[in-house]
Amino acid sequence: MAARKDKSQSKAAAGIDARPWIEKYRPKTLDEVSSQEEVVQVLKRSMDTANLPHLLFYGNPGTGKTSTILALCKELYGPEVYKSRVLELNASDERGIDVIRDKVKNFARVQVSAAHSTTTTLPTHRPPPPYKIVILDEADSMTSDAQSALRRTMEQYSRITRFCLVCNYVSRIIEPLASRCAKFRFAPLPSSSLLARLTHVAAVEHVPISPEALATLVEVSEGDLRRGMTFLQSCARMKGAGGGGGGEGVEAAAGGAEVLPEDVYEVAATPPGRVLDGLLESCKSKRFDRIENTVTEIVAEGWSVAGLLQQITDRLLTSPHTTSVQKAELALQLSDCDKALTDGADEHLQLLNLASRMSAIGVTA
Amino acid sequence: MSGGLWVDKYRPRSLDKLDHVPQLSQRLKQLAASEDFPHLLFYGPSGAGKKTRIVATMREIYGPGVEKLKIDQRVTTTPSGRKVDVSIVSSNYHLELTPSDVGVFDRVIVQELIKEVAQTQQVDSNAKHKFKVVVLNEADYLSREAQQALRRTMEKYTSNVRIILCANSTSKIIAPIRSRCLLIRVPAPEITEIANTLTKIAKKEAASVQPDYIQRIAEKCGRNLRKAILMLEMGVAEGAQTSQSKDVPFFDWEVFIKATAREIISEQTPQKLLQVRQRLYELLTKCIPAEIILKTLAFELAHMVDGELKPDVIAMAAFAEHRLRQGNKAIFHLEGFVARFMATYKSFLIQVLGV
Repeated sequence: MAARKDKSQSKAAAGIDARPWIEKYRPKTLDEVSSQEEVVQVLKRSMDTANLPHLLFYGNPGTGKTSTILALCKELYGPEVYKSRVLELNASDERGIDVIRDKVKNFARVQVSAAHSTTTTLPTHRPPPPYKIVILDEADSMTSDAQSALRRTMEQYSRITRFCLVCNYVSRIIEPLASRCAKFRFAPLPSSSLLARLTHVAAVEHVPISPEALATLVEVSEGDLRRGMTFLQSCARMKGAGGGGGGEGVEAAAGGAEVLPEDVYEVAATPPGRVLDGLLESCKSKRFDRIENTVTEIVAEGWSVAGLLQQITDRLLTSPHTTSVQKAELALQLSDCDKALTDGADEHLQLLNLASRMSAIGVTA
Repeated sequence: MSGGLWVDKYRPRSLDKLDHVPQLSQRLKQLAASEDFPHLLFYGPSGAGKKTRIVATMREIYGPGVEKLKIDQRVTTTPSGRKVDVSIVSSNYHLELTPSDVGVFDRVIVQELIKEVAQTQQVDSNAKHKFKVVVLNEADYLSREAQQALRRTMEKYTSNVRIILCANSTSKIIAPIRSRCLLIRVPAPEITEIANTLTKIAKKEAASVQPDYIQRIAEKCGRNLRKAILMLEMGVAEGAQTSQSKDVPFFDWEVFIKATAREIISEQTPQKLLQVRQRLYELLTKCIPAEIILKTLAFELAHMVDGELKPDVIAMAAFAEHRLRQGNKAIFHLEGFVARFMATYKSFLIQVLGV
C-alpha cells in the first residue's frame, strides 16, 4: 500500500500520469474485474447482506486477486473511509510474527467509529459496513509462525475485522487458517477476456497494434493479465507510441509505428517460433555437430534459454507425434535443465545437453 | 584518444557509430528522447556490446557530461556490523557499480546505496532529465534477496532513478524484476560484421593485415567482438603483417587447455589424472574462471571423441558445471569431470577395440 501511494504522489508531482498501465487500469469496481464471474457474484451478494466471511483468494499470478479485493474495498467504503478501514500488508516486505502481533492486532481490535457510517454516502447508496478489512497480500510467503499467530486474532476480533488472504499456492497456508476462510480459486483468464481487455487498453492509449500482434500478446501472457499489460506497455514504449499516455493526445499515435508480433516476442524475451523449429529440425537429424552449431547460434543471438524451455514444453507435450513415454522422459530432462539454469548454470552447456538428450529420445514436433 | 588497448580505443561513443543491429540503436535513441524512460535490462552474450550500448545511450540522454568519470570507494555496514566496501564509478548523472563483487552482502549495497541515490534529486539544474541512472553490472549474479530488495526500490522511486541492468542471461533474474524492465536483447555480431570492424581498425592503425587473416580471426573468435579485437592486436604485435601464413593467435590459456585435452585423450590412468590436476591448478592460479576452463575443456574433448560419445561428454560437463556453480571448491568439480570422462572413454575404448 505504502509503495503504491508514494509512487502515485511523486508521479502527480511530475505532472504526467506515467504510472504503469497495470496500476492505471486496475479495476475500480467489482463490475470492471475481467472474467472471474463466480467470485464477483458471491462477493456482490455478500455486499448486499453486509455479511462478509474471511476470504482466501488463491490462483496464478495476474488473475486479478489483488484487484478484486481492492475493488471490493473501494466499493464498500468509498474513498474517504477507505484509509481508516483497510489495512493492506504486502507480506513480502513485512512478514514475521512481530508484525502480526503488533500492527495487525492493533488494527484489528480498534472499534469502528460510527461517525462515518452515518454521514458519508457512497455511490452505491449504502452505508459502509460495520467492519474493517485486513488484506494480507502474498500470504504464502508468511512464515508458519506468523500464520499461527494470526489464528486466534482472526477469531477474536471477527466481529470488527475481516481478513482477506491473497496467495498463489493455497498449500502454503496452514490448515487452521484455511479452514477459517471462504476459499475462492482464481482461474487463469480465458483468451477472450485477455484479448478484450488488451484491445480496450490499446485503443485508449492509442497504441497502433495489428490483430496478429494482439493474438501473440495473448499467447505469450499465458492467462496472466498483468504480464499482458506490461508487455503491451513495453511494446508501446519501444515503438514510441502513446508515450504521453494521457489518452487525449491523439497526435501521440502518429509518432509510433505499428506493433508487430516480432516486437511482442522481443519484449517478452520469448524466442520466435522459427528458433524452436531450427532446434527441433537439428535434433531430428541426430547429428551432434549440427545440433552444436544450432545451439551455438541460439546462444550467440542471445535468446533466453528459459523462454525456449517454456516453448519446448508447450510444443512437444501437446504434440500428437510424440509418445507418452517420450513425453515423460522429455519432461524429466526439461525439469533438470530448468533447475540447473535457475541455479545459474551455463546456458550454452545446458541447452546443448538438453538438445542432445532430446535427439536421443527421438522427439519430433 | 591515444594509447590503451584497441578495444577501448575504438569503442564507439555514440549510438550512431555502433556497427551492428542498427534497429536496436534506433530504438534506444527513441527511448532516450522520450520523457518516459523505463528501467532497462540489457542481456546477451559477452562481447556483443551491451556495455558500449549502455554508455552510448546515457550519452544520448545527458550529453558528453557522462564521460567525466570519477571513482569512489564507499563503505557500508551490514546489520551484523561487518564493513563492506565497493567501488563506484560515477559522473554527475549516473553511477555504476557491480554489487555482486561483495558476494552475499550485495543486498546491503542494493538497500543502502541505491536507495540513497534514489532518494536524492538530481542536483544539476541544466540536466535534461530529472532522474539519475544507476547501472548495475552482472545483474544475473545478484542474489535473490538483493533482487527482492531492488524490486521495491524500483517501484518506489521511479521519479528519481532509472535502473539499467546488464546481464548475460535472463534466466537468473527473478520474474518481478523482469516484468518491471524493458528487456533489450543484444545479439552477438555476425562474422562478416566482425570482419568489417576489424578491417576498419587495422586500417586506422595502419597495420597491413591480410584479409583472409582477418576472416580467420572473425571465424575463430566465437562471435565475440572484444575477443576478436584483442586477437587482432595480439596478432599485429607478433608481426602478422609480414608473414601471411601465420596462424591466428590464441590466448595462452586456450592453448594450454587444448594441450590438456590432448593429454586426457592420450592416456586414462590415475597417474595422468594427477598430472592433469597439476595443470588445472596452474590455470586456476592464473585466475582463469573455473566455468570457462570446464567449458573450453568440454568442447575440446567433445570435438576429439567419437560421435556417439559426444552427447555424454556434454552431459557430464553440464552436470559438473551445475555443481561448480553451487559448490565452493572449483578443483573438485573440474577433477571430477576429468575423472569421469576418463572412465567413460576408457570403457568405450575397451568396448570398441575388444580388448
